Amino acid sequence: MTARIGVVTFPGTLDDKDSLRAVRTAGAEPVSLWHRDKDLKQVDAVVLAGGFSYGDYLRAGAIARFSPVMETIIEQAKAGLPVLGICNGFQILTEAHLLPGGMLQNNHLHFICREQKLRVETSGTAWTADYTAGQEIRIPLKNMDGRYVAEERVLDELEAEGRVAFRYLDVNPNGSLRDIAGITNAAGNVVGLMPHPEHAVEPLVGTGRTDGLGFFTSILKKLVNA
Amino acid sequence: MARVVVDVMLKPEILDPQGQAVQRALPRLGFEGIADVRQGKRFELEVDGPVDDAALARINEMAETFLANTVIEDFTVKVEESK
Repeated sequence: MTARIGVVTFPGTLDDKDSLRAVRTAGAEPVSLWHRDKDLKQVDAVVLAGGFSYGDYLRAGAIARFSPVMETIIEQAKAGLPVLGICNGFQILTEAHLLPGGMLQNNHLHFICREQKLRVETSGTAWTADYTAGQEIRIPLKNMDGRYVAEERVLDELEAEGRVAFRYLDVNPNGSLRDIAGITNAAGNVVGLMPHPEHAVEPLVGTGRTDGLGFFTSILKKLVNA
Repeated sequence: MARVVVDVMLKPEILDPQGQAVQRALPRLGFEGIADVRQGKRFELEVDGPVDDAALARINEMAETFLANTVIEDFTVKVEESK
């Protein structure tokens, strides 16, 4: 038995195919989900992939957050459905208030596309169990609106509860507060980050590293052992 | 028909690099004496029917849930009579 992991396609999503492939590479069954369809096709987990859903009009993720598929995802995420938001997916999760804080334009106002070093700060989430806390990984980062912001009170709370899941190392590429690259909700089922693990799962493509595969093997093991 | 304007601005404590870039460009263009610039969004809503308390309450709700993300932005709503 394997797990069914859905990947949502919105108009403007770019990384759905890579995410489906990463799911398959990890050994799970990839399932395409459509933004206008409330039906999640009985998947066991959902990936919100990167891109520019609805052209990033209004704010990145702001319109996608109100799409029919998100109605179901928001409801089920609150009930424990594992959800990973990558890049635009992270922006959608903050707009949906499934994760605290918000995403703004990079502080230097340029698009970034580079390999980025990160520290995985916690293995206590559905999507990071295959890493060890403190492990350093390198995966691609490519975005315009990658600056994570939140009130000081919220940042302190995230730190105290061990909910800063990933931190930028060496360089803060976008002005994110406290070098935050990704966070988790309190339950550990909803995780969002700006860098792209799905682009680093096979040695033949990308930068040749497979540091991102652990996201997908983590969730697979959790679901299969559940 | 009345027009309702919703202005959305980043919260004051949040860095606005676009506004800073504009501010830094001003002296070079000969516009002196501007200490700070913050950039925001303006929505002009043409309302069918009267802009009564109920209509304004709905527009406030719209601004709070959709036009602004109140985690990072503040908004104001004001009514303008259109010509």
